[in-house]
Order: sequence, then structure tokens, then C-alpha cells
Amino acid sequence: MNMDAQLAAHLSGGRQAGGTLLEVKNITLRFGGVEALKNISFDIREGEIRAIIGPNGAGKSSMLNVISGFYHPQEGEVWFRGEKRRPMRPHQIARQGLARTFQNIALFKGMSTLDNIMTGRLTMMRRNMLWQALWKGPAEAEEIAHREAVERIIDFLEIQHIRKKPVGALPYGLQKRVELGRALAAEPKLLLLDEPMAGMNVEEKEDMSRFILDVNDEFGTTIALIEHDMGVVMDLSDRVVVLDYGRKIGDGAPAEVRANPEVIDAYLGVAHE
Amino acid sequence: MIYRETGDFKTSYADDQQIFPIAQDRFAFLALMAVAFLVVPFLIDDYWEKSILLPFLVYALAAIGLNILTGYCGQVSLGTGGFMAVGAYSAYKLMTAFPSLDMSLVVITSGLITAMVGMLFGLPSLRIKGFYLAVATLAAQFFLVWLFNKIPWFYNYSATGQITAPERFAFGVPVTGPATDPWATYLFCLAFVVLFGLIAKNLLRGRIGRSWMAIRDMDIAAEIIGVDPLKAKLSAFGVSSFYIGMAGALYFAVLFGAVEVGEAFGINASFEVMFMIIIGGLGSMMGSFLGAGFVVLLPILLKTVLVDGFDLGTAFAKYIEITAFGALIITFLIAEPHGLARLWAIVKERLRIWPFPH
Ligand SMILES: Nc1ncnc2c1ncn2[C@@H]1O[C@H](COP(=O)(O)OP(=O)(O)OP(=O)(O)O)[C@@H](O)[C@H]1O
Ligand SMILES: [Mg+2]
Repeated sequence: MNMDAQLAAHLSGGRQAGGTLLEVKNITLRFGGVEALKNISFDIREGEIRAIIGPNGAGKSSMLNVISGFYHPQEGEVWFRGEKRRPMRPHQIARQGLARTFQNIALFKGMSTLDNIMTGRLTMMRRNMLWQALWKGPAEAEEIAHREAVERIIDFLEIQHIRKKPVGALPYGLQKRVELGRALAAEPKLLLLDEPMAGMNVEEKEDMSRFILDVNDEFGTTIALIEHDMGVVMDLSDRVVVLDYGRKIGDGAPAEVRANPEVIDAYLGVAHE
Repeated sequence: MIYRETGDFKTSYADDQQIFPIAQDRFAFLALMAVAFLVVPFLIDDYWEKSILLPFLVYALAAIGLNILTGYCGQVSLGTGGFMAVGAYSAYKLMTAFPSLDMSLVVITSGLITAMVGMLFGLPSLRIKGFYLAVATLAAQFFLVWLFNKIPWFYNYSATGQITAPERFAFGVPVTGPATDPWATYLFCLAFVVLFGLIAKNLLRGRIGRSWMAIRDMDIAAEIIGVDPLKAKLSAFGVSSFYIGMAGALYFAVLFGAVEVGEAFGINASFEVMFMIIIGGLGSMMGSFLGAGFVVLLPILLKTVLVDGFDLGTAFAKYIEITAFGALIITFLIAEPHGLARLWAIVKERLRIWPFPH
């Protein structure tokens, strides 16, 4: 489907960006002597698509890792849904409504597409080990309820044909889609996507863009994404943060950021795709 | 009847999530159960009981246990022998302290005690992985065997240091001690394997099984999607040790009746169960059974052919056996890490599309 038509529909939807969903304040992250993030602050508003861009090694993935709780910054605060987040483990953060995909696909290779996406619902499943051991009854009912939700995601992502296939053997583009499905299954408030279109051909990129827009539109999910393809970023995002060598050098609407001389310098000064 | 899933459409997710989604598999399983429960007890003799069926059943239970931990949750363990010893000594203490306790409860309680011990020794897995975890479990193996040798309370201060099972009953029928019937001990072990085999399958196909496999395949992503690694790993150690503990209890009380800890539950026992899941198939229930059957039957087969058939010495047959196992392990690790279970699946796949080549 035509991207521009999609985009027009997307914009004419007239989505109002809501209040602040997540805010990072003065984040500084060091690895030994390397400062991967230097005093970074920005916010993500409810319902928007927020892009994080920058040259290789700028600190984009590090930023996502801070937000999802993998890296613990030496300085700074993360505020989520109006509260300052205390230090916690990534699995606790997941339960607060945060899901993500990885720059290098991190699927469960030995499991089928269906089981991979079902893991996205683990935090919502309650039946204890004794019910599970019995299976018949509450455990099965719970399993079926979540299976129905997962089947809707499978339909949405158009991956019905690979439902029972082990994901390890799937082509790259489909793996990226399954990984998106797993994150969606968790019904996150905030979805973080680390280069969802890296290594895809034009057609696959268009499909993925469409899915991202639809997720944002239909489910109202707030999305923060890292992307290198400037065309895609301009089309998809409401607002853009630009990082370079761990510093923030731009923040604003796509057109605004594109006109920013410092951003242009950063991109011209670095060998880039 | 032709083996097909065509025409066998699933109309509900409940159908699709069955243990045996294909109708023929279900019939085959029920037929096997009918033979195992209704026919075999009438035919079984001492030889089949002590040399083939009981060892197979007991080792199948242990293999399911280790497969849960290693095959499904990805945590390597060389402590199987030690955990079997915990099950055996728990059973011994329970049998002697509570003579009227039904043996089925003795075995289950022994499993529960072993589960506690297993979780304790599983704690290092929260910090260390792979090779280092294997070494830590190896330490558990040696420590447990040492402990049961060292502290006389465990073997009730017997002069030999051995533990010997007195006569005890399950549902009014003697299943341990000197005067047991083959059909009784067989049915007792079979019931455990079938019941707890189904329970394992139920755990594996739901939430808990998925959290184990997620930790195995990619622990970082598992944590990000909400799996608590502490709960997942410790529950795997607990459930795994529960099965291994029950296997140890049955091994001591029902299969042999008397054991010496170092001999029965030494490091060799750990390796033996490890071989079963490698040959049978890591991360496969079917593999646990195929592996246990294979490792129990191969030595008997070799002995029959080489010693009785070709009149070669027993020592030589033993030598061939060890070499064969070594070669098989290497072959499977390199060529087919999913073991016999995968070969079995390939045969079934061929059958399903037969007579067409694709
Ligand atoms: N775990 C780590 N240990 C040490 N240094 C790290 C670690 N993670 C990131 N870094 C360093 O932090 C800096 C930023 O890396 P990061 O992965 O965040 O960049 P990026 O913007 O995502 O780049 P890319 O576009 O290549 O994905 C780099 O210099 C990198 O080497
Ligand atoms: Mg990156």
C-alpha cells in the first residue's frame, strides 16, 4: 500500500499528543572511561511516535537500554507515568507496561512463532503450578483466552502461515515481525523498537512502517523507535531526538530537526548509509 | 489406517493444544497404555522386571527430570546422582521412621525433599552459567555422596553403611522388601511414570514451560518480556529435582532394595542420565523415554550378542559398550543434537506425506 496515503490517513486522524508518558532527566551513562550518554533529557508523550536518531555509536541503543532497565545510569532519573522510577530489574519494568525489540533479533530460537508470541503474555498469566500440572480447568481456560489474543496479533501481522514454525529457521524480515508480535502481545503502554527496519528491503520496510503506524493508531500504543533511514523517520515520527557522541544535539518535529545545522553536520561528518 | 492429519481439522484452540494433536497418535498412546497396564502385568517375570522394565521406568523418570532442567531450561547439571541419593535416603528415613506410611506417599515426599535440596543447589545458577554451573553442580554431587557416607544418622547407624529397604506396602500390596511380585513393583513404577509424565507435559506446554524455554533460548529477552530469572531457574531446579528424587527413591526401594551410596549414586549415575537425554533428545519428552530405553537396552543387547552369541568375554563386551556409548554421544552431539526424538519425528513426517516424496 502507498506510504503517502497511509501517512495522510495517519495525520488526518488528528491524534492529539497527550500528557507525558515517560521522561528521562539528565541521564549520564559511563562504561569505564567512555561516556555513552552525557546529560540527556527528553520526554515521550502519550500516544506519539518518538524517533531517536543519530550516527553509529551515538548512544541510541544505550538510551533504550536505560529506559528498559538493562543499563543503570550513573546519574539522572527516569520518570514513568508521573512517578520517579526506583531502581528495578528489567522483568519488573516489563510488568509496568514496557516492551521492546532488539537491534540484533533476540527471539527464542527453539520455540515456534506461536510460543514466542505467547511468552509476551506471561506477565498476564496467573495460574499457579498446581493448576498448570492439572491442565484441565482454569489453566487451560487461561491458556485459551491468551491464545485468542495472540491469534489476533498473528492475524494483524499476517504471519498465520508460520504459526507453528520454529523461529530459528525463518527469514530475517519475518523474524523481525515475530519479535514485534511478541512485544505487542504484552500490550505495552510504551513500545521501544531498536532499528525495526535494519537490513530489510524496501517492500519489507513498507510493511513494517504500516504495522508501526497501525499499532500506534489502532491500539493507541506510544512508540519510541531508533531508525537510521531518514525517509522512514520523517514519515513515521511525530517528534525526533538526535544524539551524537552521547550528546543531544536536536529535539523537535521532523522538519525542524532536518533543518538543524548541527544535525546536518553530524550526519555529513560521519560515514553513513 | 493411513497416518494423516488431513481431515483432522482443529476446531478449537483446546484441540490444537492437546498433548497429541494427531488422532492416530492419541490412539497409539491409548493402545500402549492399555497394553502396559492390562497385558504386561500378566506376562512379566523376574528377569523382565529387574533387568528391563523397572530400570527403564526409573531412568525415564530421572531423564524427564534432567531434561526439564537441562533440555528445557538450559541449565547444565552434573548433580543428578547426588539428587537421586537425596531421594533414596529420604525414602529410607521415611520408611524406617513411619512404617505404616503408604509407599506412594513415601516416594512423593522424597521427591519434595529433593526438590528443596535441588533449589538450594540451584542458587548458584542465578550468577553463573554453562561450564561454571556444571562445575558447581559437580561439587553438589560429590558433597551429597560424601554427606550420606559420613553421617551415620542417614543410614541408621548400620554396620555396612548400606541402606536396605524393609517390606512396605502401596495400597495394601507389598512393593518393597524381599517378597514382592513383579507385577506389583512394575505397576507401582509404571503408575508414577505415567502420572508424572503427563504432569511434566502439562507444565511444559503452558506458562511455566515457556518461561523455562525462554530462559534457555535467550535469557536477556526473557527478562525483558517479564520472566523473573530467579523464579524460572529455581522452579526448574525444584521440579527437576522432584522427578530425580522420586527416581532415586524408586531405584533404591523398589528396584534394588539395598544400595551403597557411592556405588549407586556416584558421578557415573549423573553421566548415565545425561547420556540418556543427549541420545534421546534434549528438550523432548519423547526423547527422555527413548534415551532411557536405549541406554537400558543397549548393554543387554550387546551382552546377548557378544557374550552369549559370539562367546566373547564379559570384560570385552563391557569395553565395547563403553566405546559404543562414547561414539554415540559424539555422533549425536555433532550430527543430531535433538537425538532419537528428532529421528522419530522425521520418520513420522515421512509417514504423514507418504507416498509422496514432499
Ligand atoms: N555494554 C557496553 N559496554 C561498553 N561500552 C558500551 C556498551 N554498550 C554501549 N557501549 C558504548 O557506548 C557507545 C554507544 O553505543 P550504542 O550501542 O548505544 O550506540 P548506537 O547509537 O545504538 O549505535 P548503532 O547505530 O551502531 O546501533 C559506543 O561507544 C559503545 O561502544
Ligand atoms: Mg544501536
